[in-house]
Amino acid sequence: MVAYALCAVAALLALSPIAVAASAAPRGARAATSLVYGACLIITLILGAIALFALYRDSATTSVVTLPLGLPWLGAHFRIDALAAFFLVVVNLGGAAASLFALGYGRHEHSPQRVLPFYPAYLAAMNLVVMADDAFSFLVSWEFMSLTSWALVIANHELRENMRAGFVYLMMASFGTLMLLLAFGLLAGPGGNYTFDAIRTSQPAAIVAALTFTLALAGAGSKAGLVPLHAWLPLAHPAAPSHVSALMSGVMTKVAVYGFLRIVFDLLGTPAWWWSIVVLALGGITAVMGVLYALMQRDLKRVLAYSTIENIGIIFVALGLALAFQSEGLAAAAALSLTAGLFHVFNHSLFKSLLFFGAGSVLNATGTRDMEHLGGLIHRMPRTAVVFLAGSVAISALPPLNGFVSEWLIFQAILLSPQLPSWGLKLTVPAVGALLALSAALAAACFVRAFGITFLGRPRTPAASGAQETDGHSLAAMVLLATLCLIAGILPGLFIDALAPVVQLLVRGRMPVQTGVEWLSIVPIAESRSSYNGLLLFSFMIVSGATTAFAIHRLASDKLRRGPAWGCGYPDASVAMQYTADSFAQPIRRVFGTTLFRAREIGEMPRPGSTAPARLTVQLRDLIWDYGYAPIAIGVDVVADRLNYLQFLTIRSYLSLVFAALVLLLLVLAIWP
Amino acid sequence: MAVIRDFALQGAQMLLVLLLSPLLTGFVRKLKARLLRRQGPPLLQPYRDLIRLMRKEVVLADNASWLFRVIPYFVFAATWIAASLVPTFRSGLLFSWSADLIAIIAVLASARFALALAGLDVGTSFGGIGSSREVMIASLAEPAMLMIVFAVALIAGSTQLSTMAAFMNSPEVGLRVSLGLALIALVIVAIAENARIPVDNPATHLELTMVHEAMVLEYSGRHLALIELSAALKLLLYISLIACLFAPWGLSSPAAGPWEFTVGAVAYVVKLAAGGALLAVFETVIAKMRVFRLPGFIGAALMLALLATLLRFVSGSF
Amino acid sequence: MPALVFDIAHLLAGSLVVMSFVQLYQDRLSALINVFAVHALVLALSVAWQAFAQGAPHLYITAAIALVFKAIIIPVALRRIMVRLGIHREIEVVVGVGPAMLLGIGLVALAMVVMLRVTAEADPLAREDLAFALSVVLLGLLMMVTRRNAVSQVIGFMSLENGLVLAATGAKGMPLVVEISVAFSVLIAFIVIGIFLFRIRERFDTVDMQALDKFRGERR
Repeated sequence: MVAYALCAVAALLALSPIAVAASAAPRGARAATSLVYGACLIITLILGAIALFALYRDSATTSVVTLPLGLPWLGAHFRIDALAAFFLVVVNLGGAAASLFALGYGRHEHSPQRVLPFYPAYLAAMNLVVMADDAFSFLVSWEFMSLTSWALVIANHELRENMRAGFVYLMMASFGTLMLLLAFGLLAGPGGNYTFDAIRTSQPAAIVAALTFTLALAGAGSKAGLVPLHAWLPLAHPAAPSHVSALMSGVMTKVAVYGFLRIVFDLLGTPAWWWSIVVLALGGITAVMGVLYALMQRDLKRVLAYSTIENIGIIFVALGLALAFQSEGLAAAAALSLTAGLFHVFNHSLFKSLLFFGAGSVLNATGTRDMEHLGGLIHRMPRTAVVFLAGSVAISALPPLNGFVSEWLIFQAILLSPQLPSWGLKLTVPAVGALLALSAALAAACFVRAFGITFLGRPRTPAASGAQETDGHSLAAMVLLATLCLIAGILPGLFIDALAPVVQLLVRGRMPVQTGVEWLSIVPIAESRSSYNGLLLFSFMIVSGATTAFAIHRLASDKLRRGPAWGCGYPDASVAMQYTADSFAQPIRRVFGTTLFRAREIGEMPRPGSTAPARLTVQLRDLIWDYGYAPIAIGVDVVADRLNYLQFLTIRSYLSLVFAALVLLLLVLAIWP
Repeated sequence: MAVIRDFALQGAQMLLVLLLSPLLTGFVRKLKARLLRRQGPPLLQPYRDLIRLMRKEVVLADNASWLFRVIPYFVFAATWIAASLVPTFRSGLLFSWSADLIAIIAVLASARFALALAGLDVGTSFGGIGSSREVMIASLAEPAMLMIVFAVALIAGSTQLSTMAAFMNSPEVGLRVSLGLALIALVIVAIAENARIPVDNPATHLELTMVHEAMVLEYSGRHLALIELSAALKLLLYISLIACLFAPWGLSSPAAGPWEFTVGAVAYVVKLAAGGALLAVFETVIAKMRVFRLPGFIGAALMLALLATLLRFVSGSF
Repeated sequence: MPALVFDIAHLLAGSLVVMSFVQLYQDRLSALINVFAVHALVLALSVAWQAFAQGAPHLYITAAIALVFKAIIIPVALRRIMVRLGIHREIEVVVGVGPAMLLGIGLVALAMVVMLRVTAEADPLAREDLAFALSVVLLGLLMMVTRRNAVSQVIGFMSLENGLVLAATGAKGMPLVVEISVAFSVLIAFIVIGIFLFRIRERFDTVDMQALDKFRGERR
């Protein structure tokens, strides 16, 4: 099983030099695009099938493949257990959808030789991270994943903001890898045995476990986008080409969640009681801050990137609940929370990829990502509008689609938490529940804004009124993802049962079996407590809506006439009179943004008689950047300035420095016990 | 046989909420008018309005899309389903297990999402005003509603509405602080969600004071009829919800005979009338708030509901 | 029946906490005085119910004192001060309503945690009433800290004392002598504050504490 997967990954890696060669050939760009993306599509489908097979079989004897690569005394271990199988499904489903989308989208890329070689390598790296079974191969694959995605982020290097985004991304990625390196170093202990099997059986001291947990949270959290380590995400994700953005938001953040799960749930053993409080608090804050940031943005892809941060917050809330229940030994409740978190991982990868594909199609069709320049695209790009609407409804956690089911499961887990004895949890969980509910409502507002301003209304610029519909491949990818969203929403029992082996592996408990429940409902705890039937709700909505329409059209009236919109008596209202993205967010900005973003609206009116334009400016400050990141940058600058003198010393000074270092090391060696 | 009876009862419930809601709206309007020393429209006027609107030709704006035409049917379907799942004269309806209270709230949220999109579709300023204010109100009212659900669910031990109603009707419930807080918060949220004074004025035609009316400004004919019917259904839903959770006396249980049914039905009508009367009186004595005082008002509901949930987490006797 | 007694006591104590929150929410002075009157009324009801529940008739006198002094005399006096000083304005706040309510919830949570942990083996009715009483005290202090108008600070002080009375009645057996002496000392403090307010107003034409700071001669 693992061997087949590794062969597929090798095939992906082999595609990179082929891509270089193919796109270097004259007139070969188009063929290279189809070749590379087509091959990636096939290989990721194969990998996904292997992963699904591994998940359903869930053999306790999962094979381990050891390759003679890497460190000579260690080798490179790879294994596919239930957790790895699930995340492989997520990665490869996202990869397949992105490759299918890119078959159409990639043709518009103006420098494909900067994108094509790194794309299969990126997919391969993500697969390797999930399959890695020892710390060294994990870290090498993780860094390889960061580097390939960095190369893809700076693909359009002409724009200065892309280069800045790449720089910030590289810094944060290095920080994350450093944290994970230290974490694995602590886990491996003085014995230095890096294989996961050895780490699993060793029992670290409480202080070591606490330190490892913090380092893992910082490392994996920075890659996933937890506040306050999120600052790179809204810069880097929009800068990359759209199919890569979808992979970064929908899939790479999930690989980071996998890293967290592997270290904290699998390798560290029973968690301490306070770990869950930290994760819950960070998750709740991330969820609300993410969506509030999203409501302040005008760039469509930035809105989606911040929305990713919000959903990562939701996932970490679910994981925090699972940690809390596990530290008290409540396996059933832990299983419910963990299932909810993993289901949200799957759901988010689906609808976030869908939304990024939609944004990419809009970018291709109109040439701009700025919502203030779009509008009325539902008439010009009707099919794209339908699938983008499906993605928006799904991400706003509205029934009958899938986003609602995972949020519903998390709420059910919150309702189980009064049984936790810790006082810290008794106070944190209701607060986090309120934050979660707030983020869900704000997410709906955010996506009414994103879909409404972009697709509805009237076109605000000629670019928007001249848009063309997306091509077939891209549409096919989006329709596929939208259909999966619907299926996951109306038949969630299938997915919950598929997640059971993963949950069993991590918390040694599982949710009740869902396939036997009558009418295909899901019952998370007990029949009398709560149940949900997505299929029934969906069918009721369709049937009652259709019968009402039919009845009214037959019995009352079906006449229709077109006329101008109500203009309050003013003739021919200009297109600029409709609501803009900033004006739509104004009430929410005023309620939440005045304190959190120091949001101010400054109006400059010209003096009477002057023909200068009046100007209304919205001023926002990113407080986390100003007080968290900027001082670090300034500090580094100051220290570097001070240390600059080291560049200009005499030869004698350099020799004395070398001599001093040597003497110091010999002293340490002499004193070390 | 029992299945057919249950089906019939569920169908009766669906029809009942549909037929009673315009009457409730008419009753509230009549009472408000009388309190202002006016005659007011007749009680059955909303029925006549709906029939008249259904028969009229729809006038669509030039650039309204297919979404604009589909949304009234979707909003109506969603609100009707939600209203059919709230126990009115009898708990334990056939399909009550398919959606618990959280799902009912989410279905109403879908309806609101669709209506907000409809406001943006035509591309005028009025729709934008309505939609942006509506999502601001929703961003506070929906978390408050969810926290209320948490507080009551933690007392009743379930989020299934039938189980909750049955528990509230039993002697085990007692007078609890959290329930009092949840009741106050639920009343505030109900006012906010149904676009009543002091949050929004259902009878206004001035754009600057509208929230709900601004979103549906462009609708006409049968579309407008469906949206007005949905608004009436939503009011009925919220009053029924308050009644079944906080005044469940008279609610017949699933295994009841025909006498309990009639008692339940009569009790339900009485509760609706009482709720409508209280709403009319409240709307008459208080003035509409400025839009930017609303976050404080609805935020207070969120705080109360959060306090109620917190108290439940802290101790079992709160 | 005892469960109902328990529940009603809880309900009244909880209503006192809710009234403190309502006080925090007010931004007009006349409304604040009215809410304070209701606050004192709820306190009187709560103390009277405790008198019934514990079978301690002297608490009825405490309830009567609370009703007459705090719910009737003091609000009337405050309203007259308000009219005489001419301060019908809004209450200037240091911290907005939203953050103040959030802080209030945090304080209630803190009071719950402290009281329920410290008194782990005491009678449950007394424990939870003490927790509510501490919440009212803390909310009264919060009001004093976050309001700039002197009259609203006085009301915060009064509601703090209401919380103390609730705690004392909940703890089963506050002697009447203590209650009367506490009530009189509060009354005297109130009269002194009132006199000072008049003098301040005569001298400086304002009772806004922040404005008065400028006259202290020190920079903040």
